[in-house]
Amino acid sequence: MASRTGPRDWLIQRVTAVFMAFYVVGLVAYVFFNPGMNYQQWHTFMSQPWVQISTFILLVSIGFHGWVGMWTVATDYIKPTFLRLLFLGLFMALLFIYFAWGIKILWG
Amino acid sequence: MISKRPININPLSIRMPMAALVSISHRLSGVAIFFLMPLLLYLFQQSMASEEAFNRLKVTLGQPWLLVLVWIFIASLVFHLLAGVRHLLMDLHLGESLKAGRWSAIITFSLFFVLLVGAAVCLYWWR
Repeated sequence: MASRTGPRDWLIQRVTAVFMAFYVVGLVAYVFFNPGMNYQQWHTFMSQPWVQISTFILLVSIGFHGWVGMWTVATDYIKPTFLRLLFLGLFMALLFIYFAWGIKILWG
Repeated sequence: MISKRPININPLSIRMPMAALVSISHRLSGVAIFFLMPLLLYLFQQSMASEEAFNRLKVTLGQPWLLVLVWIFIASLVFHLLAGVRHLLMDLHLGESLKAGRWSAIITFSLFFVLLVGAAVCLYWWR
């Protein structure tokens, strides 16, 4: 991030955003039109290969999209370099944890 | 000589255009999603772990404070998504004028409130 990666970050943010938008809307629609699902129905649906792969891509997208966003916020509001890097490190660690946890839930 | 000109940095006293409100709310909701992600992951985890965990989750979600927290997450996500779509449309050069920007901001908030109420109703209905 930072110097010379602006256009790339911009594109990553957009592409991940579009994918996540479709995923979220799609999932919400599915849940909305299948109210009162039990464990079997829910688990079966989420375990379908195409759903698993989509969820995997979602987890990756959250990581990249979240990083670009939090980097922007940190750069805007945390001006002292050391403090900013500290927070960015924390944000990155959290995003990795989110990703690993998501993978574990999906395939653990 | 020290300047004695008046300074006003109280954000509450400044009238922001709708687009500015959308913008800062988009940023705030994004940060909220980032920090509330563990909640979502926990719900997902419990829903997939086992039939017992799933049913236990259903019961736990009946608690008002958790429902409110989930609703806050949903609100953040919905707003961030709506404002995000507005961003994407502007990237495609749709609605870039001052007037259009103001209108799309109003539409964003309107849709948001509608969906927010809808989400509250659904959460309450299914709890």
